[in-house]
Amino acid sequence: MTKLHPHTDFKTNRRDFLAGTAGLVVGASLPLGHRAIAQTEAATTGLNAFVKVAADNTVTVLVKHIEFGQGPLTGLATLVADEMDASWDQIRAETAPADVSTYANAAFGVQGTGGSTAIFSSWEPMRKAGAQAKAMLVAAAAADWGVPAAEISVSNGQISHAGSGKRSGFGAFAEAASGLTPPDAPKMKTAEERTLIGTDLPKLDTAAKTTGAATYGQDVFREGMLVAVVAHAPLFGATVESFDASKALQVKGVRAVKQVPSGVAVYADNTYAAFKGRDALKVAWSDATAERRSTAQIMSEYVSLVEAGPGEAATDQGDAPGGLETATTKVDAIYRFPFLAHTPMEALNGVAEYTDDGAEVWMGSQLQTLDQAVLAQTLGFENPMSVKLNTMFAGGSFGRLATPTSHFAAEIASVLKAQDEKNPVKLVWSREDDVRGGYYRPLTVHKVSAGLDDDGNIVGWDQTIASPSLVKGSSFEALVMPNGGLDPSVYEGAQDPCYGIENFRVTAKMPDSKVPVLWWRSVGHTHTGYVLETMIDELLQKAGKDAVEGRLAMMKDDRARDAAVLRRVAEMADWGRAPAPGHAFGVAVHKSFNSYVAQIAEVSLNGNVPVVHKVWCAVDCGVAVNPNVIAAQMEGGIGFGLGAILFDQITLDDGGKVREANWDSYRMLRIHEMPEVDVAIVESNEAPTGVGEPGTPPIGPAIANAVRQLTGETPRDLPIVKPYTA
Amino acid sequence: MVRFKLNGRDVELDIAPDTPLLWAIRDGARETGTKYGCGMAQCGACTVHVNGMPRRSCVTPVSTIEGQSITTIEGVEGPEADAVRAAWEGLDTPQCGYCQSGQIMSAVALLRQVPKPTDDDINNAMAGNICRCATYVRIRRAIKNASETI
Repeated sequence: MTKLHPHTDFKTNRRDFLAGTAGLVVGASLPLGHRAIAQTEAATTGLNAFVKVAADNTVTVLVKHIEFGQGPLTGLATLVADEMDASWDQIRAETAPADVSTYANAAFGVQGTGGSTAIFSSWEPMRKAGAQAKAMLVAAAAADWGVPAAEISVSNGQISHAGSGKRSGFGAFAEAASGLTPPDAPKMKTAEERTLIGTDLPKLDTAAKTTGAATYGQDVFREGMLVAVVAHAPLFGATVESFDASKALQVKGVRAVKQVPSGVAVYADNTYAAFKGRDALKVAWSDATAERRSTAQIMSEYVSLVEAGPGEAATDQGDAPGGLETATTKVDAIYRFPFLAHTPMEALNGVAEYTDDGAEVWMGSQLQTLDQAVLAQTLGFENPMSVKLNTMFAGGSFGRLATPTSHFAAEIASVLKAQDEKNPVKLVWSREDDVRGGYYRPLTVHKVSAGLDDDGNIVGWDQTIASPSLVKGSSFEALVMPNGGLDPSVYEGAQDPCYGIENFRVTAKMPDSKVPVLWWRSVGHTHTGYVLETMIDELLQKAGKDAVEGRLAMMKDDRARDAAVLRRVAEMADWGRAPAPGHAFGVAVHKSFNSYVAQIAEVSLNGNVPVVHKVWCAVDCGVAVNPNVIAAQMEGGIGFGLGAILFDQITLDDGGKVREANWDSYRMLRIHEMPEVDVAIVESNEAPTGVGEPGTPPIGPAIANAVRQLTGETPRDLPIVKPYTA
Repeated sequence: MVRFKLNGRDVELDIAPDTPLLWAIRDGARETGTKYGCGMAQCGACTVHVNGMPRRSCVTPVSTIEGQSITTIEGVEGPEADAVRAAWEGLDTPQCGYCQSGQIMSAVALLRQVPKPTDDDINNAMAGNICRCATYVRIRRAIKNASETI
C-alpha cells in the first residue's frame, strides 16, 4: 500500500515542497521523497561512498550519522557541497546504510554518533569526498570538450570553460565521471575559497519537519505488521517468574503474548490494543537479584564513599592535602547529583521484519554497528550484514539511543523472533517505559575541599567523585578503558581545569550500579562542570575578586580560547553593571568535547524557584560550518541543562521502584520558563569541533552562581527545586 | 465502526470506541504527522484541531468525535498555517522535529484567535507543548514573525 523509503530524502526548494505536499501525505511515506526518488532513481551515479549525482543535477550526500536535531544532514552536506562548488539548491541528504566497512566514525572505529564528533570527524573526509567528486566531474567534462582540465572552472553547480564558452551542470557528466579513478589527493579549498561553509544555509530537514512528512521509526508501517509492547520489571534487575495472559488475550485486537528476555511481550493489531492488553496482563516478578535500595540510600552510600578517603587518581599535581593545610580560608562541600532520564520526545521504538535472507530493521539507531551486530546475533544470523538496518529520523536522543549494550536492538529482535508466526513487528515503548526504564545519567556525589591563602590564591584543591562507570562490562570498555583504571566519563571536565591550581588532586570511585546508567547530553561534564564552576565562583567571592576578572587571572597560558569566550560573554552581558532589583548575574565557562563555551545568566527568585530571564552565550567551536545551527544547539543545550538543574530527578522509593512515570512527575522545561538567549560565535580557523553537547555544562553553574548571590548558598543538592525528597 | 472527517476526507474505522483519537489517526488512518509523546496530555505532540479548535488527541476517545471534522498537520491550511510554516522555516525552528507538528497546530490555533499575540498570550497557548530540544526561543520568535505577515 505505502511504499516505504527507508532513508531520509529531502528537497531544499521549500516553496515547491509546501506546494507539493499539502494534504497528500499517506502512511509512512515522504511524498517528496517519492518524487525525489522518481527523479533520481533513473540515472543516479555514485562518485564515491558519500556523493551521488543524478542526471537532473541533484547531488545526494550520504550521511553516516543519525539526525535527531543536532544537524549532521545539513552540516556534512555543507562540507561536500562547498568543495564541489555546488549550489545549495541542488543538495540533498540521505542517511547512509549501516555498514561499518564504509561508514565507521573515525573517532570510534564503529559506525555511530556521539561525543559531538560528527563535524569534527568528517571535516577532512567529507570535504575530500566533495573535492574528489568535483575533480572527477571536471575530468569528464575536459575529456568530452577536448580542453585541459586546468582551464575548467566550477561555480554554483555549473561547470564551464571560458575559452570555448562550453557550460554544463553536473548531471551530464555524472556517468562518465563515475568511470574515472577517484584522485587520492584532490585539490582542496583554502579557507578563503570557501563559499558555503560559514554561512547560514537553510537546514535540509526543516521543510519535512513543518508538514508532518518527516518519517521517524514510529511512523513506519509494514504490511501485516503487529504492534508489540513489553511488560518490563518494576524493579531494576527483577526477572519474570510467571505470567497469566488470559485477560490480556481477551482484549480486542490482542493477538499473542510471549515471554522475551526483557519481560513479557503483548502483540496486537494496533498500539492502543497492545497497551490495553499489557494493562490486563498479570506478571509475577522475581526480585531476588533486583535493586531494592532507594535513591536516598544509594546517595548516602555514595556520600560515605567520598568521605572515606580519596579514590583512584584522575590527576594529582603538587601536594593537595599539604596545600590545604596552609589555607587560611577553606570551602568544604558535598555535591549530590540525581539520576536523570533523557526522555527524548520520541520514546524508543523500532520496526523489524524478516526478509528472504535475513531481516530488515527501521529504528533511530545511534550506534549502528553495535545495534546491527546485536540484531543479527539475537536473530541467529552469523553475518551482521544479514540485517539491513535503516537509520530513521529520531525524535531526540541526548544520549539515550546510544546504548553500548544495544539493549533496545536486542529487544526488537527478541520480539520479532518470539512469535509463532513471522509477522513484521513494531516495538513501542510508552512514555512510562521510557521514564522508568533506566539508562539514566548516573547518580553522582562529589566531595571537594579547596582553600585560599591570605591573598586569595587557591593553595589546595582536593576532590573525590563517586559515580558508576558508563561502559564497564560493555563493548565500549576496551575502547574507553583499554588498561583498566577509571572510566574517563566519571571525571572528564574535572581533571583539567582552565585554571592553574598548583596543588590539585581529583580522584574517583566507581561503585557498581544495578540501575543501568548512560551518557546524558555532555556526559561527565553535567556534574564536573557544575562542581568546578560553582566552587571557583564561591572561592573568588571569598577572596573578594570579580567572577570574570578573577577567572581570567587564574587561567593557564595555554587556555586562551577559554579566556576569549569568557571575555566575549562578559562584553555581551555588559558584565559589571548592577542587576535590576532582586536579580543577579551568574557566570560560568567550560570546555567540553573540544569546544569552549561561556555563559552568563540573569536570574531572580519566585519564592524558592529560580527564574532565568536571559542567558548570554559565547562559543568557540573552531570553524563555524553553519552559524545558525551552532546558535540553535547553544539555545537547545541551555534549555536542556536549565530544565534539569532546576527540576529533574529520577528517584527510587524505599522498595526500589521508580517514583516518576511520565512528564507530570518528571518535569520538563516549558516555553514560559525558557529565557531569552543571545549567542555569539568566536571566529576561529581551528578545525571545527562539536556543538551538540558543549552548550549544556555551563548553564547549571551560571544559574547556581546567580542563586548564591540572591540566597547566600550554592545549591549543592540537585535539582534546585524538588518535587519529592529523594 | 467510527466515522469522522480527517483533513476533509471521510474516514471509517473498525476500532474500539475508547481508542484515543491519536491512535485512530496514526494506526487507523495512517496519517503519521501527529505524534505520540506522553499519552496523558502533558506534551502536546499529538495536538490536532477538532472543528478548528486545538485538542490533545492522545486523551480524546475516538467515540467522542464521531462525525466531527479533524485537521492534522498534514491538512492544516489557510493564511495562519501558511504564515506559521513560513516563519518556522525562516528561523529553521525544528531540531529533532518530533514535537513540531503539535507546536505548529497550537500556534495556528493561537493566531486564528489572537492575531497579534503578546508574550503572555504565547506562553498561555504554547505552555502545553513540550519541546525537549528546547527550540522555544525560535518558536516564540516564529509566532511573532508569522503574526506580522498575516
